[in-house]
Amino acid sequence: MDLFALTACELRKLLDSKEISSRQLVESVLKRIESVDDKINAYVYVDKEEALKQAEAIDARRANGEPLGLLAGIPVALKDNLLYYRRPVTCASNILKGYYSSYTGTAVEKLMKADAVIIGSLNMDEFAMGSSCETSCYGPSRNPWNQDCITGGSSGGSAAAVAADETILALGSDTGGSIRQPSALCGVVGMKPTYGRVSRYGLVAFASSLDQIGPITKSVSDNALLLQVISGYDHRDSTSIKQDVPDYMSELKKTIKGLKIGIPKEYALDGMDADVEKATKQAIEIFKELGAEPVEISLPHTEYAIATYYIIATAEASANLARFDGVRYGNRAKDADNLIDLYCKTKSNGFGAEVKRRILLGTYVLSSGYYDAYYKKAQKVRTLIRQDFSKAFEKVDCIVTPTSPTPAFKIGEKINDPLTMYLSDIFTISLNLAGLPGIAVPCGLSSDSLPIGLQIIGRPFDESTILRAAYSFEQQTAFHSQKPTLV
Amino acid sequence: MEFEPVIGLEVHVQLKTKSKLFCSCATDFGASPNTQVCPVCLGHPGVLPVMNKKALDYAVLCGLALNCSISKFSKFDRKNYFYPDLPKNYQVSQFDKPFCYDGYIMIHVDGKEKRIGVTRAHLEEDAGKLVHSDTTASSGVDFNRTGIPLLEIVSEPDLRSPEEAYAYLVALKSIVEYLDISDCNMEEGSLRCDANVSIRPKGQKEFGVKTEIKNMNSFRGVLKALTYEIERQTEEVICGGKIVQETRLWDADKNMTFSMRSKEEAHDYRYFPEPDLVPVVLTDADIDEVRTKLPELPAARMERFVDAYGISDYDAEVLTGDKALAEYYEECTKLCKDYKMISNWIQSELLREMNDRKISIKESVVDPKKLTDMLNLIQNGTISGKIAKKVFAEMFETGEEANVIIKEKGLVQISNPDELQNIIQGVIEANPQIVEDYKGGKEKSFMFLVGQVMKATRGKANPQLVHQMLKEAIG
Repeated sequence: MDLFALTACELRKLLDSKEISSRQLVESVLKRIESVDDKINAYVYVDKEEALKQAEAIDARRANGEPLGLLAGIPVALKDNLLYYRRPVTCASNILKGYYSSYTGTAVEKLMKADAVIIGSLNMDEFAMGSSCETSCYGPSRNPWNQDCITGGSSGGSAAAVAADETILALGSDTGGSIRQPSALCGVVGMKPTYGRVSRYGLVAFASSLDQIGPITKSVSDNALLLQVISGYDHRDSTSIKQDVPDYMSELKKTIKGLKIGIPKEYALDGMDADVEKATKQAIEIFKELGAEPVEISLPHTEYAIATYYIIATAEASANLARFDGVRYGNRAKDADNLIDLYCKTKSNGFGAEVKRRILLGTYVLSSGYYDAYYKKAQKVRTLIRQDFSKAFEKVDCIVTPTSPTPAFKIGEKINDPLTMYLSDIFTISLNLAGLPGIAVPCGLSSDSLPIGLQIIGRPFDESTILRAAYSFEQQTAFHSQKPTLV
Repeated sequence: MEFEPVIGLEVHVQLKTKSKLFCSCATDFGASPNTQVCPVCLGHPGVLPVMNKKALDYAVLCGLALNCSISKFSKFDRKNYFYPDLPKNYQVSQFDKPFCYDGYIMIHVDGKEKRIGVTRAHLEEDAGKLVHSDTTASSGVDFNRTGIPLLEIVSEPDLRSPEEAYAYLVALKSIVEYLDISDCNMEEGSLRCDANVSIRPKGQKEFGVKTEIKNMNSFRGVLKALTYEIERQTEEVICGGKIVQETRLWDADKNMTFSMRSKEEAHDYRYFPEPDLVPVVLTDADIDEVRTKLPELPAARMERFVDAYGISDYDAEVLTGDKALAEYYEECTKLCKDYKMISNWIQSELLREMNDRKISIKESVVDPKKLTDMLNLIQNGTISGKIAKKVFAEMFETGEEANVIIKEKGLVQISNPDELQNIIQGVIEANPQIVEDYKGGKEKSFMFLVGQVMKATRGKANPQLVHQMLKEAIG
């Protein structure tokens, strides 16, 4: 039995019944990483010894009959922008190479409390800026379904590692689609929770009002499980919300009969990939079969979402990334003549092209004389987009859309065309602007055998409903059991 | 042409909360460099600020004391600029929604009362400190101060002279001290002041071009810097020059201001709402709760002192200007009933001794109990007022109690007529001419005789009794 290929829910049973040990499981996953990661480039750091040590400690506690957490002995890998004390964290950027976390973030702390085994960190677009994982200083991760193709991004390493069975569970972060889009393109399940559901403390900020940590998993059940562990109010994050966290696992299996599913008419784009369109229509048919009721809705401000996003996200990023200046930590340029020179050289050498582009854009939109025309206006449009969803949710319980307008494209295909690249997030970005939860679930393969993902959007803090819809869909279909052939 | 200065002050008050504004680091002054720091105040990746509730309370309390309106909805903003003492390269401050706005305080200059507007008071985080090495060509940064809460209090351009600016600072400091929310120590940097100053022809309504003066580290420094700057601007204008909008640094050694940077290089701070903090919403009940914590403020206490203790406005103002001094005085009034005498002694002897030693009232070894014990000894005739001054100096020097000093030095006043009778008789006999002069109408001669008696008793004779007995003896 290849333990690495199983889901967390399946493994929990085997671990609980002591049919397998956590050490065996971790060894299996580590071996898998060794055999396939050369092809995938999902990991930027693997802590083999520490992972085995953690596994053994949990095995010992299990043998003693001690109470164990929800993820006891199960390997989890972290996106390289999550802080875990004394481990390297770089955001796939040269500017942070050599930096070790000075503390543990809340989500990771919750994983540890749940007795998960943290095995390493995963590749991403530099500072989470990108939709293809190509802006990483470690080179792109490769799609397990076709290694000439991108994984999506920015959490490309996380989605690829889960798809290639290089980890059981992974955490990603999502600012404009960074969990959902790569999950869709790699054929796994990825959730961006409601803004404020998961503490951002210990997540290196890209755009503070949009960022959210979320689970990337092989199944919807696993997604619910991991979300359960990382959710909840945190006094260290003033934007996290005091809201009870429901028992997601028990919510999953409830029926979706009578569930009203919104289909936004604005999301039927001209020139959308035919396979994606077909898979989405098919998915809606499946929901009908399950007793759900499709309702056409309108999200009239959709066309402004990308422009709005790239103003707000870059504005926040320009301030968030200012701290990487080589003064206190990270890589400092050598041979600087004076302070300004130190700043310029450090940032010029340390940041990649896309990050620089966004810092400049963000600095520009906040500049005196431009603030009202850009930033302020974008905030107003953001409110309108949020209102679009509020109105829609008066009529429906969730909204179904494609996750990405296309399946994975070729590595290098769009990297020099940022505007086309930005369109990859056209279906995902509005949720971040509105703070809503969304989940990507596999809904088919393209004619090139590349995964297609469906996005299900929920009301604020109603992750339960979209998990339930995704679970019913997953149970009705076989898409999630399809795996790429590697080796 | 006669010119009139227009001055506005920006005062930064470091709030004495136990922990910093956005993290739980300590705020003690003088700790070894970088010992009161954490990932949050060092601006490490992934950290988030959490507002210190106490700092908010202090800000609102101060706003109320400055007669400000308190915002029901306020928020923090990021002020972006690069400097090594600013770890995140942005300062979390407040831009368009400060906690407090539209207030005022009253000042007194040359016996006239004047109302000075307070535009706003907002919370922000302090920056670190650069330490430059003389021996190596490098600089270090101490981040202990980074993130300590600052309340920036901005005045309206209502001040019309350096003296008014000085009075404003004294009044503001006094209020803040009464609130007990800051150490207000300019040398330690817990109170800092920048000044905006311009001049205009008297009678003109429009403001002139202003300069901003920084780096003044005492109230006297502010007075001097403003005086210098007004003179400089006036000369410039009279000579046909133009004032350039710029920041100037005060050099206390040279007694001059120097240009630091001109407007061309001025920063674009690119303010935008801090997305890591939620807006602060205050209800009337929240504000009222803070209001209940308002202590008696200097102006109210001054009025009360005049009413309750019958002292003059001037005396009451001096005594209440410093909170600790006011408390000292009030403590004394419980122990001695001659309130006027207490006031006189504090303002003359006590303050003189303190100033000579450059110490504060809290450091005075003569506490209210010791002072009033001594004053009571004057009252009951044990010592004379003149002797008391010697006793007091000794008390301040040694910390000893008055009655111990009096006993040790044999300074008890001679109030027994029998003891004085022979001495007075002796003085009269030894100075027949003087006695005659007095009898002939030379008043001064009488004082000479009194002096002789005092000399013979080494100052211990009860002066009133001596007067009385001498008059009787000479007839």
